[in-house]
Amino acid sequence: MAIDKDTARRVAHLARIEVAEADLGPLAEQLSAILGFMEQLREVDVEGVEPMTSVTPMRLPWREDVVADGGIPDKVLLNAPDARVGFFAVPKVVE
Amino acid sequence: MTDLAGLTIAAARDGLRSGALGAVELTEASLAAAGDAGALNAFSALTPDRARYQASLAAARLRAGDAPDLCGIPLGIKDLFAVEDAPTQAASRILEGFRPPYESTVTARLWEAGAVCVGKLNMDEFAMGSSTETSAYGPAVSPWRRTGDPAPLTPGGSSGGSAAAVAARLVLGATGTDTGGSIRQPAAFTGIVGVKPTYGRCSRWGIVAFASSLDQAGPMAATVRDAAIMLTAMSGHDPRDSTSAPRAVPDFEASLVGDLRGRRIGIPTEYRVDGMPPEIEALWHRGAEWLRDAGAEIVDIALPHTRYALPAYYVIAPAEASSNLARYDGVRYGHRAKIGANEGITALYERTRAEGFGPEVKRRIMIGTYVLSAGYYDAYYLRAQKVRTLIRRDFERAFAAGVDAILTPATPSAAFPIGAMAGADPVQMYLNDVFTVTVNLAGLPGVSVPAALDADGLPLGLQVIGRPWEEAGMLDVAYALEKAAGFSAKPEKWW
Repeated sequence: MAIDKDTARRVAHLARIEVAEADLGPLAEQLSAILGFMEQLREVDVEGVEPMTSVTPMRLPWREDVVADGGIPDKVLLNAPDARVGFFAVPKVVE
Repeated sequence: MTDLAGLTIAAARDGLRSGALGAVELTEASLAAAGDAGALNAFSALTPDRARYQASLAAARLRAGDAPDLCGIPLGIKDLFAVEDAPTQAASRILEGFRPPYESTVTARLWEAGAVCVGKLNMDEFAMGSSTETSAYGPAVSPWRRTGDPAPLTPGGSSGGSAAAVAARLVLGATGTDTGGSIRQPAAFTGIVGVKPTYGRCSRWGIVAFASSLDQAGPMAATVRDAAIMLTAMSGHDPRDSTSAPRAVPDFEASLVGDLRGRRIGIPTEYRVDGMPPEIEALWHRGAEWLRDAGAEIVDIALPHTRYALPAYYVIAPAEASSNLARYDGVRYGHRAKIGANEGITALYERTRAEGFGPEVKRRIMIGTYVLSAGYYDAYYLRAQKVRTLIRRDFERAFAAGVDAILTPATPSAAFPIGAMAGADPVQMYLNDVFTVTVNLAGLPGVSVPAALDADGLPLGLQVIGRPWEEAGMLDVAYALEKAAGFSAKPEKWW
C-alpha cells in the first residue's frame, strides 16, 4: 500500500507532528518504502493463530486500590515549561 | 595513577577488597579517562560530583568489610535511564533540560550495590537507530578503526555510547537497553559483551519507554563474567513494573563453568541470510566447533518464521512507540514550541513535536500511527502480532525438542563508517537487527560475545540465545565461547 501526500498529511496530523507542505512528498515516499517492507507479512499463513498479547505467559498482578504515592505537586511540576500556582499552564482550549 | 585499561570488574572487585586498589582512585581514573575522550562523544553528561560522593561511600563500605561485588566500580548509564537530578533526555531535543526527580529501579539497584555513576551515555534518539547517528548530541564514535584507515566508525546503536565507553575503558561497565538488538549489536561492533535478559527480568520502571513489550535493560562489559556480575545486581522483581517477573535472581557469575557436556546447541539454518559475508559464516562455523570442543552436542534446528521477524518488528515497535511518545506534548516537561497569538493547543502540540523529535523518531511515530489507524489495524498490527506468536512458537518447538541454547552470528556485518547509511533507505539501517530482533519478539535472553577480528581488524561477535529465564545456562555457553575464542584485541588509543 503506497502512501500518497494526502495520507501523509492525515497521518502527520493524527500523530500531532507539524510537517511543512513541501516535506509531505518525500515523507510519503519514505513511509511507502517502510510499508512496502512490511508487505512480506502478507505471505504468512496466520489462519487460526492467536495474536500475541503478553510476551511472557503471566497474569498481570493486581494490587490493592489504595493511594500508594503522591503529595508531591512540586516534583510533578518541576520540569514543566510553564507551571503557575500549582498547575500546568496551556494556551486557551475552550472559547 | 590507576589505569582502567586491561582492568575488569571482577579484577577491580578483588583489588578493591584486598586494598590493592582504592575506590576513590579508581573513580578519579575513570573520570579522567572519560574527560579525555571527548573525540568519542560517548558521554552526554559527566556526573563528577555524584561519582566522587558515591566513591567515598564505597570506600567506607570497603573499609567496613561490607562490600557487594559492584562496590566502588565506575559505570556509565545510558541516557534512557532516569538518574535523579541528572540530565536525562533520551538523546532527544524534546526532553531538553529534563532532570528527573526520581531514580530508575535498575540504576537504584546499582547504586545500592555500591556502583559509581560516572555519567550519562550517548545513544540513538529514544533508542531508535543502529548507529547512534540519530542522537541529538551527535554520533558517538567507536574507539575502533579499520587497519590503516582513520575514517570514524560507528560503535553501533542504539546503546552506542555505552559500547564506546566500555570498549575504550572509560568505565568498567555500562547499562544498555535492547528493543531489537540495541545492546547486542553495539557490543558486537566494539568487541565487548552485551546481555539482553529475558523480558521481565529487569524492571523497566524509570527507563524512557520506546516499545514496552520489547524493551529490556541489560549490562555491557568487557567479559562474560563482568556482564554476569552486573546482571545479578540489575535484575529482580519490582512492583512498580507490572511486567517485571516475581522470580528469584540466581548468582549469574556462579553459573560460569564452561563445561558444556550434555548441553545441546541449535544452529538455525534460516540465519544463513543472502549476502552474509563469508567471514561471518566462517566464524559461525568456528563458534559451533568451539562449543563442540567444550562438550556440547551441535544440532541443526528450524526457525521457519525468522524472515518475517524484521517486518513484524517494524510494525509492532513503531505502533508501541507512537503510543508511548504521545506523552511529549510540551506541557509537562521538556521542549515547548512558541505559538502565535491566534494559534491554539493543537498548534502547540504539533509544533513542539515537529521541533523536538528528529526525522527517524518522526518516521516511526507516523508509521506506528498509520498501522494503528482505523482500516489498517487488522492488516498490519493484528497480523504482525499473529506473526509474533509464530516466531515465539518456532523457538518453543526448538526448546521442547531438547535444545538448551542457540548459536547465531550477532550482526550481518562489522561496524560501518559514520555517515555510510546517510543516503540509504531507512530499511537498510533496519537490516542491522536481522539476527537480534527475533529474541525481543519472543521475549528470550540473548548475549553477544566478541569472537574474532575481521580482515580490516574490526571485532565480530557471536550471539547465544537462551531459554526463557535461563540466562545462567546461556551465559555459561557464552563463557565457553569466550574462553575458546580468546579474544584479547583492544582498540589502539587515538582519541
